[in-house]
Amino acid sequence: MAASTRIEGIDKLAGRERYIDDLDIPGCWWGMTKRSPVPRGTIREIRFGPGVDWSEFVVVDHRDIPGPNQVRLIELDQPVLASEYVRHVHEPVVLIAHPSRAMCRRAIREIEIIVDPEPAALDFRVPPAPEQIQHGPDNVLSHLTITKGDAERALRDAPHIIEGVYETGAQEHVYLETQGMAAWEEDGTIVVKGSMQCPYYVLNALTHALARDEKHVRVVQAPTGGGFGGKEDFPSVIALHAALLALKAGRPVKIIYDRAEDMACTTKRHPALVRHRTGVDSDGRLLAQQIEMTIDGGAYVTLSPVVLSRGIIHAGGPYACDNVSIVGRAVFTNAVPFGAFRGFGAPQSQFAGERHMDRIARTLGIDPAELRRRNLIRDGQTTSTSQTINDGTDRVAVLDTAIRLADAEKNQQEDRAFNASHPYLRRGTGIACIYHGGGFTGSGEVHLASRLHVAALPDGRVEVRTATTEIGQGMLTIFTDIAADRLGLDRSRVTIADADTARVPNSGPTVASRTAMVVGKLVEDACDDLRRTLGLDPVARGGAVTDAIDNWYRTHPDREPVGRAQYRQPPGIHWDDETYRGDAYGTFAWAAYAARVEVDLRTFQTRVLGFQTVQEIGKVLNETLARGQIAGGVVQAIGWALLEECVWRDGAMANAQLTNYIIPTAADVPPIGVHFLENPYPHGARGAKGIGELPMDGPAPAIANAVADALGVEPDTIPLTPERLMELMTHARA
Amino acid sequence: MRAPETHSTEIHLVVNGESTRVSVDTDERLLDTLRLRLGLTGTKEGCGEGECGACTVLLDGLPVNACLVPAVQAAGRSVETIESIAPDRLGHMLESGATQCGACTPGVVISSHWVRENPHLLRTHSIRELMAGNLCRCTGYDGIVEGLAAAIDAENPDTHDNGERA
Amino acid sequence: MKILTPNSIPEALRMLKDGSPDARPIAGATDLLVHWPDQRTSHAGPFVDLSRIDALRGHRWTEDELVLGALTTYWDIITDPRANDELPILPRAARTVGAVQIQTRGTWAGNIANASPAADGVPALMALDAEVETAGENDTARVPLDAFYLGYKQLNMQPGWIITAIHVPRRRCDFSSFIKVGTRNAQAITKVGAAVTHSDAGWRVVANSMAPTVRRCRALEDALDRGISIASPDALIPLLEQDLAPIDDIRSTAAYRMNVLARVLFHELAPVCPFIGTTSGRNAP
Ligand SMILES: Cc1cc2nc3c(=O)[nH]c(=O)nc-3n(C[C@H](O)[C@H](O)[C@H](O)COP(=O)(O)OP(=O)(O)OC[C@H]3O[C@@H](n4cnc5c(N)ncnc54)[C@H](O)[C@@H]3O)c2cc1C
Ligand code: FES
Ligand code: FES
Repeated sequence: MAASTRIEGIDKLAGRERYIDDLDIPGCWWGMTKRSPVPRGTIREIRFGPGVDWSEFVVVDHRDIPGPNQVRLIELDQPVLASEYVRHVHEPVVLIAHPSRAMCRRAIREIEIIVDPEPAALDFRVPPAPEQIQHGPDNVLSHLTITKGDAERALRDAPHIIEGVYETGAQEHVYLETQGMAAWEEDGTIVVKGSMQCPYYVLNALTHALARDEKHVRVVQAPTGGGFGGKEDFPSVIALHAALLALKAGRPVKIIYDRAEDMACTTKRHPALVRHRTGVDSDGRLLAQQIEMTIDGGAYVTLSPVVLSRGIIHAGGPYACDNVSIVGRAVFTNAVPFGAFRGFGAPQSQFAGERHMDRIARTLGIDPAELRRRNLIRDGQTTSTSQTINDGTDRVAVLDTAIRLADAEKNQQEDRAFNASHPYLRRGTGIACIYHGGGFTGSGEVHLASRLHVAALPDGRVEVRTATTEIGQGMLTIFTDIAADRLGLDRSRVTIADADTARVPNSGPTVASRTAMVVGKLVEDACDDLRRTLGLDPVARGGAVTDAIDNWYRTHPDREPVGRAQYRQPPGIHWDDETYRGDAYGTFAWAAYAARVEVDLRTFQTRVLGFQTVQEIGKVLNETLARGQIAGGVVQAIGWALLEECVWRDGAMANAQLTNYIIPTAADVPPIGVHFLENPYPHGARGAKGIGELPMDGPAPAIANAVADALGVEPDTIPLTPERLMELMTHARA
Repeated sequence: MRAPETHSTEIHLVVNGESTRVSVDTDERLLDTLRLRLGLTGTKEGCGEGECGACTVLLDGLPVNACLVPAVQAAGRSVETIESIAPDRLGHMLESGATQCGACTPGVVISSHWVRENPHLLRTHSIRELMAGNLCRCTGYDGIVEGLAAAIDAENPDTHDNGERA
Repeated sequence: MKILTPNSIPEALRMLKDGSPDARPIAGATDLLVHWPDQRTSHAGPFVDLSRIDALRGHRWTEDELVLGALTTYWDIITDPRANDELPILPRAARTVGAVQIQTRGTWAGNIANASPAADGVPALMALDAEVETAGENDTARVPLDAFYLGYKQLNMQPGWIITAIHVPRRRCDFSSFIKVGTRNAQAITKVGAAVTHSDAGWRVVANSMAPTVRRCRALEDALDRGISIASPDALIPLLEQDLAPIDDIRSTAAYRMNVLARVLFHELAPVCPFIGTTSGRNAP
């Protein structure tokens, strides 16, 4: 379908979109947070400096929380405000509010949190010392296994065993709009408005800790300047803080993090360590995969178990192997909590898997592309969770298309000649084959039971009511077009309601690449239901629909016709949470990426010369938006692969500034080649599968493989900064 | 605590072509004058450290980060913000997918506008170099670079595109 | 906190004296206003804004000098065809500073006065033997830039004085090179940097981010002037170590800095110095 333009595009381009920091809320005070100076210990005292007239301020601590002092998410372990004990640096302890932001800044420095420090666990890769143990016998907070066949035995019999250890670092989201939230009370209802992906997560957190029912809490998403997962779980925390201040102050309070606070104190991508032990035959066919994935679970559970889950499910890669054993662990540490980030564990595990495929290829002397061709899942074969893939996608063709479009074979010949003659530049090409499951894992979508409404308005337009949020991914445009197309209406006759929990049903969170595929499908279903409500036949379109709306309001002037949809699991999906077996996802998107790099041996810098992506995503709903998702994801992943390093000192991020945490600029990346293959998924909106996270999975391994190709070293840790590559080459030489 | 010591002064400047008088604290940033005093919230704060370019405005015709300009230094000078850009100049950027979340976008559009007004810069600079002061986390830059290149091509039909530009 | 806005040099100097010891000049503000909302509350001030002083504005070409007024920005030099022609390492260095939004505001004098070891304008100027003209209430001075730093962030300038101009000799260089190894391709702080020139005055090799101040590598300059043969990048390191002392910080490591400086210098110099590199011409990276 031709790309229709972004609905809110002109408003954004013209600077008219109003984000939370842009809203002038009458009588609003500023809120600010005082945080723990150390990673672990008992709070001995909180001192309020004498230089401040504290009577001008509203001050909130844990005693002001009406309900349980818990941020409701998967577990209830994280306090809204630390009371006696702190488990990470920057843990929130005290909140203040004042009419002047400058006064807040001054006053916050006059508060001192005095903590008796205790030994902190800060390296998830090594077993904790006894004095660092804070959870169970070993700080492991989540432990998951996947088993298929008998990997142990198959490894004993395998002619070749290849091992590797891979490591990926934390990554900061750097959404360009920092976290921000405003709260006020209105007729006994607490209203919270701000930057977020998941209004109902925030609502659930508020009802719990404020001990209020849903009727007395209302959450409204403001236009949101990027999320990438960073505004999935964390907004609940800042929303609670704003709400507590607003309740105590009896007036609106706004909290806007500045960049330094946002970078230092909010969640990041989980660091991970992945070990592979693989048995192969002499042709490179996978006989057994034994994989251990450990992630840094940080100081509170947040979403770590589900990140781990998605991580291990994707760890085996898009390959067929009869004997698989995967063990995943999330380890409690005293790091600032990690949370959702585009890809959700899969980029970490697939970095390891795709690097490992290259190691196998090099060990056996097989071309890396050929090794992948031999092992890619064919229809009828199963994934590591024993899910049978039968979607008709030719995954070998996906790979071969990428190789062809990247001109990989010709480039590799030229690069060999170039490398032999150039004094210090070395070029190479690397590939990665990836897959990404769309929607929540396993029975997740069934539990979510997402709902969505499409109402007909008196003026003849239809309104889509969904808690799915526009965060830059193009939801407004996609849903408008889906509804317009379904009902045969002009897109000007479709409107999307604000994501306001007082007006929209819970469509589940805006995460997991589920917007177009899962919730988009609900838009179609709700449109169909609206037709039924209006008494139309199932194929009625256009004029028939508008006429029916007119008729409806003539006969029932004060009853709104609403079409309702609720998620129903497509037939034939079976998942067993106990054994971690079955259909982990309704469907997977498949991709192959090819990177060409140039390494400068004087500086050890790696430049990406070219990047080609080919992906099968079911159906492209909007070419411009889809390309934007891929190009944006690839560049974010190039940053993760080469530049973005969180420097930790005593559990705190030492480089919490955009000057020192380095994301790519326009001058750091090449144009990204984006090519789609389509194979419509019958249960997604118009055949769509998930797309948003896929591009995060492939670039890092493709680039590391390209560096390996260029230099003959094995870069197994990212970010592959020049410093790290220099070390690697020094060791390789020694 | 004493209220922070502030000193105000009235400055006169031309904002989006209009002669404007505004009372400012002598140590306030132009960014805050625009956003808080003049209600021009199109200009965004992404970092407050000169790094992201979300606050880009034109000061006497040159792109600057408004977070690094003391308001008093803008006295007697002209400032152009995103609010001055006519929507009919935005078509190319819309078509190419230059905006996603929109947080970087006003700065991106201002920088692009400046390049479009000064196409001779492309004799010495690439689009990517000229746009490197505007961080975008969503688009991967292709939508921005392509939209800008298309606009320049449309506005300068005689210029031969040597393909080097992007 | 206050920003004062003088219209002349004497007025500025008087304000600086009246506000001592905390008063500071402010030019393009690209250093001073970073994280301003947090900084302003901890700063005693006042700031003395130089931007309205006409006498400090602009740059001019005299018979034997390029004179940069203290308000001259990077962009002024980037867009001056003559600078690109005659003293190309100045615009080349300027183009590596931040991005356009910084180049249009940041001044060369501010770069010198800010005294960051990572400053990019300073090595280019120092490799051209630039001199700094300074002024106090009753006096002026002219100091070679390579004698302007006494230690980390310590300037060879009296308190209350300002830089009024920078004098760059219009000397023909038969070789000049500017190297910046930053954290990325733009908006990057230098991890390893150098400016190298050769003229009648001999070799100049100036390194930034390699010591507490931007610094000339005199041992290497001397070796180059004498034509001492250097076979590999590693052989440069002992020479560099005589003048430089890089450190580990959040951006890089001392080992990286020294190794990389040696490698980039070696490969810059090998094509133009017959005594550098192996006789086979096939040099180690
Ligand atoms: C995002 C960003 C990127 C940057 N990138 C780079 C880079 O790549 N390379 C680089 O070298 N620098 C970089 N900088 C630093 C800065 O832009 C430069 O050092 C610039 O040259 C400073 O000049 P200014 O006029 O803006 O200084 P100001 O901020 O006005 O002043 C800086 C210091 O110099 C003093 N000062 C200024 N003028 C005078 C004078 N005439 N006499 C005496 N003292 C004076 C001030 O008191 C102050 O201490 C960057 C800064 C930012 C924010
Ligand atoms: S807010 Fe000014 S550059 Fe980021
Ligand atoms: S569109 Fe989101 S940061 Fe650029």
